Parts: sequence; C-alpha cells; structure tokens
Amino acid sequence: MDFVQIFSLTITQAVGVTALIYLFAAIGLNVQFGYTGLLNFGQVAFVAAGAYAVGVIVLTFDLGLWLAVVVGVVVSTLLALLLGIPTLRLRADYLAIVTIAASELLRLLVRSIAFKDVFGGAQGLNGKLGQEFHDLNPLPADFTLPVLTWSRQDLWVVIVGWSLALLFTLLVWGLVRSPWGRVVKGIREDEDAVVSLGKNVFVYKMQALIIGGGIAAFGGILWAVAKQSVQPDTFQPDFTFFVYTILLLGGAARVFGPIAGTIIFWFLLAGFGELLSSLINNGYIEFLTPTDVGSIRFMLMGLGLMLLMIFRPQGIFGDRRELALDAR
Amino acid sequence: MLRRVRLALGVLLLATIALFVSGGLSPATAADTTITGTLSTPGGEAVVGVLVTATDADGVLTSGTSDDKGVFVVPLPAGGTYLVEVDITTLPEGITLNNAEDASRSLLVLGGEKRLLIGLSEGGESGISEVESGTSERVIQLFLDGILYGLVIALGAVGMNLVFGTTGLTNFSQGELLSLGAFTALAINTAGVNIIIAAPIAIVFAAFVYGWGQNRILWRPLRRRKTGLIAAMIVSIGLAIFLRYTLVLFFGGAPSSYKQFAGQPGIEIGPFNTTPKALILGLLAVIALTATVTWLQRSRIGKATRAVSDNPALASATGIDVERVISVVWIVGAGLAAFAGIYLGLTQNTVWNMGQRILLVLFAAVILGGLGTIYGAIVGAMVVGIFVQLTTLVIPTEMKTVGALFLMILILMVRPQGLLGRKERVG
Repeated sequence: MDFVQIFSLTITQAVGVTALIYLFAAIGLNVQFGYTGLLNFGQVAFVAAGAYAVGVIVLTFDLGLWLAVVVGVVVSTLLALLLGIPTLRLRADYLAIVTIAASELLRLLVRSIAFKDVFGGAQGLNGKLGQEFHDLNPLPADFTLPVLTWSRQDLWVVIVGWSLALLFTLLVWGLVRSPWGRVVKGIREDEDAVVSLGKNVFVYKMQALIIGGGIAAFGGILWAVAKQSVQPDTFQPDFTFFVYTILLLGGAARVFGPIAGTIIFWFLLAGFGELLSSLINNGYIEFLTPTDVGSIRFMLMGLGLMLLMIFRPQGIFGDRRELALDAR
Repeated sequence: MLRRVRLALGVLLLATIALFVSGGLSPATAADTTITGTLSTPGGEAVVGVLVTATDADGVLTSGTSDDKGVFVVPLPAGGTYLVEVDITTLPEGITLNNAEDASRSLLVLGGEKRLLIGLSEGGESGISEVESGTSERVIQLFLDGILYGLVIALGAVGMNLVFGTTGLTNFSQGELLSLGAFTALAINTAGVNIIIAAPIAIVFAAFVYGWGQNRILWRPLRRRKTGLIAAMIVSIGLAIFLRYTLVLFFGGAPSSYKQFAGQPGIEIGPFNTTPKALILGLLAVIALTATVTWLQRSRIGKATRAVSDNPALASATGIDVERVISVVWIVGAGLAAFAGIYLGLTQNTVWNMGQRILLVLFAAVILGGLGTIYGAIVGAMVVGIFVQLTTLVIPTEMKTVGALFLMILILMVRPQGLLGRKERVG
C-alpha cells in the first residue's frame, strides 16, 4: 500500500477542479439557502446554464469564450427570474419541488433530440472549449508539482478557480455585513416581521436567487473550460444534493462554510475512495470489487447527509442559532 | 421469431414483437457491433427517415436513421445493455408503432449484429379518412396508455400523500420505496420463485419492513426529537441517495427483468394495443386503489387517518392514537408503492434509479391533486398519466416528463392548493 500516493491523490481531488465546481455552487447556495433561507433544490440548473453557455457559444456558434462568460451570467440571471417569479411566493417545500422539477425540465430539454443542433443531445457538446483561457496559461510547458498530480492545464484552472472563489467569498462577506444582508437574514428568520417593516420581500429573495445563481454559473463555466465537455446527464438533481451536503458540512450561513465544506467533503470522499480501492487492489478486502467503490462512496454520502441533518444541522463550523431551518 | 399479421376493421396491422441474435455469442470487434432492422408498412413499403437511438448506461448516445429501403443501422461502441428508443416523431404521418413499448426498451447486445424487429401499423387502408382515423386511434391508444400509467403513479403517490397529510413530511425517498419493492420481488424471483408468488411476498415484506420499519427506525424518533419538517425533508433526500446506491451495490447498474412475462406478446382489443400483463396489472391496481379508498371511507382506522390528516392535534385530543395511525399509513403506503414498483418492473424493467425517475412525476401528481389531500393523489395521478401520454402527440416521447413538470409548475401558479385542496395560504 502506497500511502503517499493515496494522500497525494486525495489532496489533489480535495482542492482540484471538480471540488472547485462544487465550491462555486456551494457559495451561491450559501447566499440563497444559508442567508436568505430559500430552499433551492435546482442549483444544478445554474451550473448547467454556465456550462451550456460556454458550450453553445463556443462550439455551436463559434464565438469567443469571453462572450460566453457574459452570456452565462445573463442566462443564469434570466433563469433565476424565470424560476423565481412563479415560486418565490410559495411555501418552502413547494419552492423545493418546483426548483428540482425545473432543473430536470431543463436537463430533459437540452438532452432532447429536438434541440440536438444547438445543445448536442444526450452526448452534449465536446471539443475545444475555452482555448482563449488556456492560451493565457503563464506556467512553463514542462511545469510539474511535487506530490500533487495536476497537469499544467489543470493547475492553471485551479489557480484561477481558487482566486475567483476567494473573490466571491469576499463578495458574500461584504454583502451579508451590509444592510442588504441584514434584510435577507431577517427574511430567513421571520418573513412577516420583515414585511411589516415595509420591505419588499419578493425583490430581496429574487436578488439572492440571482446572485447565488450567478456565482453557481461560474462553476459551470469553469467546468466547461476545464473538462472541455458539457454533458446533460452530469447535471442530475443529485449534484444539488451534494452541494447541500457540502454546505451543511462546512456550516450554512458562514462565510467560509462553503470552502471548509468543500475541502473536507472531497478530502473524506476521495480519501475514502482511494483507500478502499487500494485495499481491494492489494487483496485486503475480497468481497468487494473496484467498481463497488463508487456506490459505497455515494452510500456514505447519503448516510452522511442524513446524520448531519439529524445530529448537527449547523455543520462543523456553523452556529445553530444562525440556522432556524423551520422558522416558518 | 414470433410474427403476427392481423387484418381487422379496415386496419392492416403487422405486429412483430421478437428479438433474436444473429451475431452469435463470440465477442465481435467494436466496429461490428450494431443494432439493425428494417422498417416497413404492413403493405411492405419501406419507411424512410425514422431515427433509432441507443443509449448506454453512461448516457452516451448513438443513432441511426432508416434509409430508402427502410433499413436502419445503429453502430455501437461495444456489447452491453442499451436503452433503444424509436423516435416516434420521425415516423411518417399515419404510421404508428404497433406496440407502444417498442418506443423505448432496454436491450442486451452481446456483440455482432443485433436484429431489432419493430412492428408498424398504418392507419386506414385507403380513402379520405386515412390520416384522421390514424390520429383518432392514436388518441384512444394514448388515452388508455395514460390510464395505465396514471394507475402506477396513483399507487406510488397515495403513500406519499398519506404520509404528508398525517406527518407533514415531504418524502423525497418515496421513489425508492418503489425501487425497493421491485428489487425485493426481483431477488425472490431470481431465487427461483415465480413472480406471481414472489410479487405478493415482496409487497407484504415491503409494507412491514420498508414501511413500518422505516417509520419505526427513522421517522418516529425524528418526530420525538422535534426535528423540523425541512430538516426531515433533507434527511429523506440523504436516505434516497443511500438506498439508491445500496441497490447499485447489490444488483449492479444495468436494468434487469423478471424471469416470467418478460417478452409477452401484445394483444389487440378493438383499436387498443396492449399486453395481457398490463391489463391484469391495471385491473389489480384499480382493485388495490378502490380497496384503499373504501378503507379510508369506512373503516375505523381509515376514518382516524382522515381525522389526523385534517388536524393532528384535534384528532389526538379526541383520543385517536396518532402514532398508530402513522404506522398504518406507512404500511399501506409502502405496500402500494412496492406494487407500483413491481408493476413498472413487469411492464418495463427494474433498474436502480427507477424510483428517482418517477419521483418528480409523483410530486406532479400530488401537487396537482393537492398536497396532503387523501384523494388528491389518485385524481392528480390519473390527470398526469393521461396528460403525459397525450402530450406525446405533439412533443417527442423522450420529453414526456417535461409535460408533467410543466403542468405542475402551471398549477402552482394558478391554483397552488391543487385540484382538491382547500384554499389556504401556501406562500
């Protein structure tokens, strides 16, 4: 058993490209769910909006990546409006069902044969996405890291991704300290009280949905650029629930909750996977095959979400008083 | 190979439901693995331009279109189980699939050339009413298909709605109750028991273990802890993910069928094509739902259930044992859901994410009928089932769930309490 290799693979995944995608979605969800109390179960739709914006603009219409980034933000804003107008006045559980339904509806539309020319059907859009971004890579061509196993290309994505993530975290920190932040937290705690103060609750909720969705869209943009592929079936509702697990693990309504949650979640998930694979491959565990590792990882994740919600809904760093989940 | 040619009421039908492997069992090279077939009208005319797609377990799609001889070839990367779909929107006007299940089926390809026979029918032999009779027949066919689909949804949704009514829990793991029931029956069936016997055993097992047991181990302690409803909802999501991947671990990711009735030939009743198993299951579903409704109306515990649904505190004050009612509701709900799962397993197949696939349709049904209203689930399910099937007249079959989800969002905008719900503040 090569523990150094297991550790290096684990760390690489814990702060790697996939973790970053989830991090952006979690920062966005923190604004919506953590601070405003919106039970958005369709966060994956915003990630998909960002990813498809890049895919469609770059591959289908052969336009530049930078335009795609603008389109991604615009599309996610439109999506927030489209989702929010019918649902933000509804009770939390209705909002949850409608947002998850809308995210599935969008996935079925983009994977359909009817729109294959634009969205590429079930195979999605695969090809040279984000060449402009990779051309900017300042790292020397033969650059390698000790311990960590990123390629030069991935490392460039990770550096830019983490810088952006920290920037968004700073933005959220500023927002929740502002008067705006106090109003949305008020909505989370007691909507009626905020209404009685003369605030337009609907507008604040909508703003939170748009900001959170926009941040999540950057996760999608990063996805398309880093993986050079946008596939509809990667945007299943389970993605949203992983993001919830991450956010609840780190602590919802905490500025650094998403970052802590992402690193810990991926560290545990990847570390467990690598360790188990290694145990199976070295013959220590005989009743499992390497293909079982994936299912066991997901089983543990589901179990983790249940136990977290039952025993420690505030997560590792959260404050229980900050998270009145059932204020209504 | 089974081949049926029928002539009835001026409608010429060629119903061919059979599959055979012509490539043999030897592993073929990747380029040679294909699904192929010939599409022709009952009159023997080639049907051109029909799109046939094959999707593997990872969602990778390949496709082929029928050429001027009606021959289609779908190249496959390798042998394996594929979801083979006929895009019925590409069928020429008046041409329909003989067997609605041909539109989407799971197929095991071992390698080489897999021959797929798809029976087509042509509405009206000749004359003015050619296209019209085809369409109206298709409407009848889809309407009846919709009733059968609605019955499955109703069986799955009743438990969800009863649990919501009595405990307030929006159960995101309801879909997994269907999967668990279907897979329990599969496990018993694989052990060598005929599905006719395995199914009732699985349903009883599901009712008491997955229903009563789940409530005992998980939900009752959570209610005692005064866990909030939203927290409980997120717990149910975690449970759903856990159960789903437990099924993958034990049964694998590929779809499987029960040993009996897997490729039952279709029958034709008037203008309606179906299979005997679907009709019998539909009849049993009607009986089960009628029994549930009668039980809720007449029996003591049924009345108590409705009272708890109406107002748990008041029901408790009048001496009703609320926890006992909740236990019964879980037993009934899980039993019906297991039946729905076996129904799906018999008419389609059993696959680990079958529950997840139908969950949102269940939500659409209960929201349409009215979340928490006892009969809402049944009414909503029938409306959703028929609506979903009828929408395939205008939208592609692959997008039929889109119709259900759209209907749900629409009803939430105009009548959020649902068709049967009482007007109350839900926002």
